[in-house]
Amino acid sequence: MTVGVVIVSHSALVAQGAADMVRQMVGDSVPLAYCGGNPEGGLGTDVAAIKTCIERVWSAAGVVVLVDLGGAEMNAEMALELLPESHRAGVLICNAPVVEGAVMAATEASTGNSLNSVKEAAEEAL
Amino acid sequence: MNSQSGLALAPFIDAAIAVISAHADELTALDQAIGDGDHGINMQRGFTAIAAIRPELEALAAGPALQKMGMTLVMKVGGASGPLYGSFLMAMGKALPAEAGLADLGLADVAQALAAGVEAVKQRGKSDVGAKTMLDVLVPVSAALQQGLAEQLASSALVQHIRVTAEQSLQATGPMLATKGRASFLGERSIGHLDPGARSSFLLIDAVCGCCDSHCSKQGDA
Repeated sequence: MTVGVVIVSHSALVAQGAADMVRQMVGDSVPLAYCGGNPEGGLGTDVAAIKTCIERVWSAAGVVVLVDLGGAEMNAEMALELLPESHRAGVLICNAPVVEGAVMAATEASTGNSLNSVKEAAEEAL
Repeated sequence: MNSQSGLALAPFIDAAIAVISAHADELTALDQAIGDGDHGINMQRGFTAIAAIRPELEALAAGPALQKMGMTLVMKVGGASGPLYGSFLMAMGKALPAEAGLADLGLADVAQALAAGVEAVKQRGKSDVGAKTMLDVLVPVSAALQQGLAEQLASSALVQHIRVTAEQSLQATGPMLATKGRASFLGERSIGHLDPGARSSFLLIDAVCGCCDSHCSKQGDA
């Protein structure tokens, strides 16, 4: 099983662009989901959309979440708290820049390494 | 919900919705000065969503109603104010006795719930007083309520004490240097602007105090 990667940006275009860059690196070998924009489609983040993304890539291997600015991190935390308890521990929010972090995390995940090393790889992008 | 004292949740909800609507542009303008310029729009989106479920909220006890309002803000706002105000209301709601209507609550219950709400904002925002945030209003207001209770102030004096504390605390955010949120990116340039989150916290507290005041006068306590 491979660690999943979730990209959360205030901008749908940034999230999609970062996801495109990840796909270019690792193809389909890593479960990847992304979201951007508030519930009305403007700049911002959407708790329900983040939760859906996490659920889509979740496996027992775990999930790392890359976020851009403060509100994205807080909304990712809220989404995490809405997950069933059994899933929550396997989801880590990275303290990393969203584009570089996502590419680093996915590259590490594609080698089959553990959740913690995927998170560390993302955070080394700082 | 409506006991003999007639204290119901609906006027508080309506006052909160009204004050956010009336000041949405001003909040956005404050946020344009030192943030990302979406605070008024986001708060209005959240409180419009609360307005849409008002009948459902009225059927609930105070605690569950606050929790539902909080969750609505979390799901609808889309900016940092969603998780912050959402966590605030959810923690307040959780701290109240589960079945109690608003009229069944004592001020000590309210003070305890407010303290729990403030704690939740600190945790969610990983912040505290002095960073030029909503906490610079919420923390002193929570302390003022505790202090007023300890001094056994009459309801109308207590409400006045809270309003004055909220206003002074808001004004004190002007000269502060922002160290949290988008405003912190501006460094020294954040000085001289009121914090938008502190302003919305003031507005909501002041609106709630206004409801308490009109309730007090109806009771002949003012």
